[in-house]
Amino acid sequence: MADVLESGERERFERLVMPHQDAAFNFARWLLRSRADAEDVTQEAMVRAYRFFRGFRGGDARAWLLQIVRNACYTWLEKNRAVDLTTEFDESIHQQHSGNSPEAAAVAANERDHLMRALESLPPRSREVLVLRELEGCSYKEIAAIASVPIGTVMSTLARARERLQQVLSRSTGRAAAGTPVRRDGGAL
Amino acid sequence: MTCDLSRSLLHGYLDGELDPLRAEEFERHLESCSQCIAQLGEQESLRASLQSAQLYERAPAGLSTKIKRQIASAEAESDDQWSWVPIWRWIAVSAAIVVLVAVAYLGGQRILAGRSGVEQAELTEVIDAHVRSLQPGHLTDVASTDQHNVKPWFDGKLDYVPPVRDLAENGFPLVGGRLDVLNGRSVAALVYGRRKHFINVFVWPESGKESLIPATGTRNGYQWIYSRAHGMEFCAISDVSAADLHDLTELLQE
Ligand SMILES: [Zn+2]
Repeated sequence: MADVLESGERERFERLVMPHQDAAFNFARWLLRSRADAEDVTQEAMVRAYRFFRGFRGGDARAWLLQIVRNACYTWLEKNRAVDLTTEFDESIHQQHSGNSPEAAAVAANERDHLMRALESLPPRSREVLVLRELEGCSYKEIAAIASVPIGTVMSTLARARERLQQVLSRSTGRAAAGTPVRRDGGAL
Repeated sequence: MTCDLSRSLLHGYLDGELDPLRAEEFERHLESCSQCIAQLGEQESLRASLQSAQLYERAPAGLSTKIKRQIASAEAESDDQWSWVPIWRWIAVSAAIVVLVAVAYLGGQRILAGRSGVEQAELTEVIDAHVRSLQPGHLTDVASTDQHNVKPWFDGKLDYVPPVRDLAENGFPLVGGRLDVLNGRSVAALVYGRRKHFINVFVWPESGKESLIPATGTRNGYQWIYSRAHGMEFCAISDVSAADLHDLTELLQE
């Protein structure tokens, strides 16, 4: 009897939550700025989500999961890269962190790398709202739930984040064309 | 000079998040504000380039298998924690009638355990954090009886402002503050003294979800009081009386 209940629960988890695994990974990847770390943290967060799943009362499973992923990411950053949470990187620090690669020169002018570096240079609280809005297509209500902020502040947070992104992009336009390094684990899509 | 609306409403408009009335209002504003028109154009092209750059990164192949495997093994582990398992085995070799009764009983327990298991996870974290803090050198990250030292210490470490107050006048002198992690998120731990005991008050913003921590109770000799006020959730825990914890929580929520 216990087993029947349990497998039902797991089946429900696999049906409702597991499909949002890409969303979880993408969000973690942008918060942590690394595919390898994102993979670890996503796995940890999914297992945690399963443990809390009985407390999930239906509704927006993606937002519920992303909230757990976000918590796991910030905890991870605090433990492993607290500097990410307190510093607003200038591009020189950021380039060191990103590393260099032989293929870099070939793709440096690439629009994607250019945008990726700009987005990664933003502080996490700006970066996360942009990723949730522009990549994940979340509504303000979902962003408020995921980032634990009042819905009234989502619009202004986004406005500030976009302004920052514009600034970084306009500052780096010249340099990107000249060929700046890209991160090693930017990886294939 | 920048138009104020270009830094606020414009984004709600761009995202289709304004109610019809405000959207209409903003459209009327657009007719006469060249700055907002220019900014809207820039934002639209920024969005277009973000979306065409294929920045979305999918999970690597194999991650889902790893997750499923770990869930299965985590499940097996948590089953071992249920002390009734060996009893169940023991009963299983006993008389058939006993087995029937036991299965009926344990089946019921299992359903109850579904909820209390999660409750236990949240509560256990609170109790563990309290016990951990009582180990030498772990009580506070900032030790001060002055709320004007403790409060600013949290600045930039949390995305909310915990209500820090010295309550020495009321018999709860402030001892200090600490960052702790509950339920995967960083929370403020305020430490108060009460006679020779320490009280931890964990404070975090309401998650919007119903909390699974019971309003009050005792476990392992520790008493806790859980409540909400002003958009925050509070959990005070200590070995002092529940009445003391009530008083402290109420004072903090004033
Ligand atoms: Zn305007």
